[in-house]
Amino acid sequence: MEFHLLGIGILTWIVFLPIAGMVIVLLLPDHNRQAIRWTAAVVTGAQVILAGILYGTFDRSMTGINNADSFQFIEQFNWISVEAVPWFGKIEINYFLGIDGLSILMIILSSIIGLVGVISSWNIEKMTKGYFALYLLLLTGMMGVFVSLDFFLFFIFWEVMLLPMYFLIGIWGGPRREYAAIKFFLYTFAGGVLMLLVMLALYFSVAYVNPAGESVHTFNLLHMMNPDYYVDGSILSGVDTTWRYVAWLALFISFAIKIPLFPFHTWLPDAHVEAPTPISVILAGVLLKLGTYGLLRISFPVFPDGTNYFMFLMAILGMISIIYGAFCAMAQDDFKKLIAYSSISHMGIVVLGIAAMNTQGMVGGVLQMFNHGIITAVLFLAVGVLYDRTHTRGLNDFGGIATQMPRYTGIAMIGMFAALGLPGFNGFVSELFSFLGAFEAFRWVTIISVSGIILTAGYILWTVQRVYLGALPEKHKNLKDLTLREMFAFIPLIILIVLLGIYPAPAIELMNVSLSHLVEIVTGGAP
Amino acid sequence: METTLQWLASPGLPHFLIISAMLFGLGLMAVLSKRNVVMVLMGVELILNSANINFIAFSRFTDFSLNGQMIGLFVIIIAAAEAAVALAIILNIYNRFKTINLDEVNLLKG
Amino acid sequence: MYVQLSLLILFLPLLGFMILIFKGKKLSGKADWLATGLLSLALVFSLVLLVLKLTGSPDETLTYVFNWIVFTDAMLVGSLAIEFGIMIDNLTVIMLVVVTLVSTLVHLYSMMYMKGDKHYERYFAYLGLFSFSMLGIILTHNLLLMYIFWELVGISSYLLIGFYYEKKSATNAANKAFIVNRIGDFGMFIGIMILFAGFSTFSFGALFDSIAAGQLPFGSEGWLTASGLLIFCGAVGKSAQFPLHVWLPDAMEGPTPVSALIHAATMVAAGVYLVARMFPMLTEDALLIIAYTGAFTALIAASIAVTQYDIKKVLAYSTISQLGYMIMALGVGAFTAGIMHLITHAAFKAGLFLGAGSIIYAMHNVLHDQHDHKTDAQDIRNMGGLKSKMPVTYWTFVIFTLAISGVPLTSGFLSKDEILAGTMAFSSLNGHWLLPLIGLTVAGLTAFYMFRLLILTFHGKPAKESILNGIKESPKLMTIPLMVLAALSLFFFYSINPFGAPGGWFYSVIERPMSIVPGNLQPAGHELFQDAVKSVHAMVMTLSVLIAAAGILFAFTVYQWKRVSADQLAEKAGVFYKGSVNHWYFDKYYNQLFVDGTLAVARILHWFDVNIIDGIVNGTSVMAKGVARLSKWIDTNGIDGLVNLTAWVSQGSGKQLSKIQTGRVQTYLVYVAFSFIVFILLFNRI
Repeated sequence: MEFHLLGIGILTWIVFLPIAGMVIVLLLPDHNRQAIRWTAAVVTGAQVILAGILYGTFDRSMTGINNADSFQFIEQFNWISVEAVPWFGKIEINYFLGIDGLSILMIILSSIIGLVGVISSWNIEKMTKGYFALYLLLLTGMMGVFVSLDFFLFFIFWEVMLLPMYFLIGIWGGPRREYAAIKFFLYTFAGGVLMLLVMLALYFSVAYVNPAGESVHTFNLLHMMNPDYYVDGSILSGVDTTWRYVAWLALFISFAIKIPLFPFHTWLPDAHVEAPTPISVILAGVLLKLGTYGLLRISFPVFPDGTNYFMFLMAILGMISIIYGAFCAMAQDDFKKLIAYSSISHMGIVVLGIAAMNTQGMVGGVLQMFNHGIITAVLFLAVGVLYDRTHTRGLNDFGGIATQMPRYTGIAMIGMFAALGLPGFNGFVSELFSFLGAFEAFRWVTIISVSGIILTAGYILWTVQRVYLGALPEKHKNLKDLTLREMFAFIPLIILIVLLGIYPAPAIELMNVSLSHLVEIVTGGAP
Repeated sequence: METTLQWLASPGLPHFLIISAMLFGLGLMAVLSKRNVVMVLMGVELILNSANINFIAFSRFTDFSLNGQMIGLFVIIIAAAEAAVALAIILNIYNRFKTINLDEVNLLKG
Repeated sequence: MYVQLSLLILFLPLLGFMILIFKGKKLSGKADWLATGLLSLALVFSLVLLVLKLTGSPDETLTYVFNWIVFTDAMLVGSLAIEFGIMIDNLTVIMLVVVTLVSTLVHLYSMMYMKGDKHYERYFAYLGLFSFSMLGIILTHNLLLMYIFWELVGISSYLLIGFYYEKKSATNAANKAFIVNRIGDFGMFIGIMILFAGFSTFSFGALFDSIAAGQLPFGSEGWLTASGLLIFCGAVGKSAQFPLHVWLPDAMEGPTPVSALIHAATMVAAGVYLVARMFPMLTEDALLIIAYTGAFTALIAASIAVTQYDIKKVLAYSTISQLGYMIMALGVGAFTAGIMHLITHAAFKAGLFLGAGSIIYAMHNVLHDQHDHKTDAQDIRNMGGLKSKMPVTYWTFVIFTLAISGVPLTSGFLSKDEILAGTMAFSSLNGHWLLPLIGLTVAGLTAFYMFRLLILTFHGKPAKESILNGIKESPKLMTIPLMVLAALSLFFFYSINPFGAPGGWFYSVIERPMSIVPGNLQPAGHELFQDAVKSVHAMVMTLSVLIAAAGILFAFTVYQWKRVSADQLAEKAGVFYKGSVNHWYFDKYYNQLFVDGTLAVARILHWFDVNIIDGIVNGTSVMAKGVARLSKWIDTNGIDGLVNLTAWVSQGSGKQLSKIQTGRVQTYLVYVAFSFIVFILLFNRI
């Protein structure tokens, strides 16, 4: 599948449009806020359109994952190559983009969340120019991770995201923003270091023979997935070796920090609480998914042996995250913290689902990534709406909002109930399949995990009661209902929540083939 | 006593050397102990002259022939020049410090 | 034809919900008529469907299925399709009529009862959502869809219980209802997962076929029993069975017509419906546990109802008790009797609630006019003597009370009698004598507390004359539904013979399905059971009538003629009275154990998170800082120290040496001379 615009591939467009937007934003005068905002909106809007084109033209029957021929919209050319290292052979780093069923949904998600984030950033008045420039840079990083098929490129995009995120939290955040930003940065960076180590180990282990007969070391992920390309005697060659397990664990930790999985999750509540609303939306909506995406894109197919070996560990950690996150959420008095912990709980479901290593679980897990992105985006936007008006997030400061802001309450309730896993909303579908898949693999772990739905109901309903129901306090008697702009941020998400809740097949079709193939690779069912 | 007198009566190289040494000692004493720069300079002249006596004595009593006397003359000339330079320095010192007392001129003190 | 009709029935209420929730305010007061109209249309279609089905193809089970999601290349099973679909059999069409009928009546009734409420349109929207979900439960052909509608029913119940959301008690009750139901659903979900893992399908037909073919989930009989019981957990939650019965009395915080529709007639009966649907795959052990759960529930709920004073609470506990009856009936194998009781109960219990609503409405209006905000409009101690003022409400209430007490010529007699006969037959087959004993005790208790309610409310002297004087009969819109339901509480709708249902049309269309579990796990066969029922029937009928009569007489003795003082009775009962008044302390201990317990765990874990896990993270950074400080110390004192030491040494020695630098030329010369002498002495010992 090919699609070019002005001779440049669509994936390059979708990745680097924000950078172009960033340059334009930087060239605009400081005081022209409106132009800056509109530039960002146009760029992200264009991304959504491109994602729509991808969705429309995507071939649902191509597998991808480890087979270069069945990837779509491929762009590949040599980026860096070093010729003369006699004892080592040739070194090669590729600019290699391509998507399959695993990434298409994530691209759609990040483009939508990106646009929603811009809409909800409209009222950022502090250093608007810098904000949007960093924001757009962040979008490039996100998109880039989802389309890279070269580990080096993947890593670059991965780290590119860190810096803007650090500043966005550290400058535009709440009272403890410096602490949160540094914690976020260091934590993720530590994970990045582990990933770098594994990347280098893989790099030294993997070499292929090019047409000219030279042995070429490469960062190409697809080559890393092929056992034939491993150099004999190199550190990661063979199957089920200690070093491969160590590498798997290191990679897993670096991704688990991003997910975030118990016990690597504590940066999340702090980062969320301090981050401005749109950044929380991006963080929960897309960034957390990078962790699980990395697991599926790199850990699983590159180290199928390690994955099989540590499958149960993943399921257990998923289970702990589900229950533990739900319990912690229940103890919160801060609205944003509550949602942050609920994210931990819901991402646990993703991990449990993909650890099941069967099609239902895998599809459920990836769909849960998408759905959780949409749902938490709604929830964080909902908190943001209240925070903008009252400058507090304390759950006990509210009450009776339903009386004053009925339209807002209706929308927030949809988000809440979707998070609760109510049938008819998308959260249910993905949780259902994650659990169904997991149950076939881990019976008792899943049974314990499912009890999380009771806890989830508990804290969500309690929150709804404390914030939206009850008597309206005097100080909130003059809150205004949603403005048109806020509605625009909510509506696409709400439509997706309901649509995918009732008929998820369009989303599942996209990834079914790829994920089944991934399951086969890991479980050894097929080459 | 006899031998002492006899030794005194027939002057040879040691006599001159002893004279020279005594002269050197006196000159050194002057250089070291006098506070007045001019007196120190005079001590230096004494030392130079003791050296001259040595040179001349050695040229008389050994096979070095006239070389010693030549150097003696040379020293005298140098001493004259040196005295001129030294006096100029002394004048400068006096201009600078308003004294020619060496104890008070201790710029070299570490 | 069937399919199109049933889909119409299903989606009409949803259409109403959609219109009302988005455009309700713009309909300017016509919202109620729209909702009621759509529901009555659904009722008409249901009736058509009922007639068509029962006259046309009574033995057929129709299914209509489409693929919701298809997984290609799923592990082990190839292509895996998740189907959605509807299934129509006799039970379905009868339930459709029951639900649409009660719903339509409640809609009509609510038009008057809810008039003037701030969220009038929203109320009807929620009712529409509920009707849609309930109809979905009835029509579905698979467990997954059942679960989906199950939850939707739960959420509409949540919304309606918490309808007066500004009241803390209402939202508490709504939360409690939803969460307690979630606990049941948790079990149900696991049960569904077991079955899906075992058979890769959700649909009843395919599941039963696989089980009938001898397959077992995970190849074990234990898992089959477990899956049945776990799915039953869902019914325990929704039908408010012990130990999850605590939510239903609290649910009375919702508007009274809602209590009639959801918490008496339809939604709570969904649990019974679920057990009926799953009946073929329930093993003997599972059925026995189900029977005992039902019996125990019936007993405790009836014992609580005896001492309650809130008119809706009495009815709520009575509902729990009657639901226990139905569950018990299914458990012992009296399938048709259980289903029939579901339907007769739907009519008379909805009637009782609507009657209670009518009373509350009247009381409320009076209290409102008198500006009396202290008197509780629902407390039967504040009522009394209403008989003369509200004749229609009174006479319909009498009929409902007779029906629930199981007095002959009423519908309740028919179904209750059959249930009791079923339990008796069951005990005669395998010796579980406790079940009929509980059944009969509960029958007596029911007659007693229902007549107590009737007498205290309508007979005797009023607590305050002023209140009674103001009471007016409720308007037509409220009394017509009462009359319809009262008519439906008479025997001839269910059987021509007033003393035996088995001859009637109901028994001919609803038959106990064959058990399909492996032979050694099956309950006693249908034929055997039928014979046993026949043999005990006459005896049970006499007994039940006698016991009901005794209960009624006792109620009259205590409350009407006051021969025995109620207070003295309470004193004599002692512990039993206290337990009953306090609902056997379930709420108290559940609160302490589960609510507070969960919150405590939550707080502990949060503390753990903040102090231990985050402490480790922060500790790492503190440690890193410590290491940094240490290395800084080493750097300043060790490495840089060496450099400084060199400087220090040379400086120090310089300082010492500089002392001999007097600056005096003569001193230097002394040194020169002295050292010259020393050198000469040292090296040239002349």
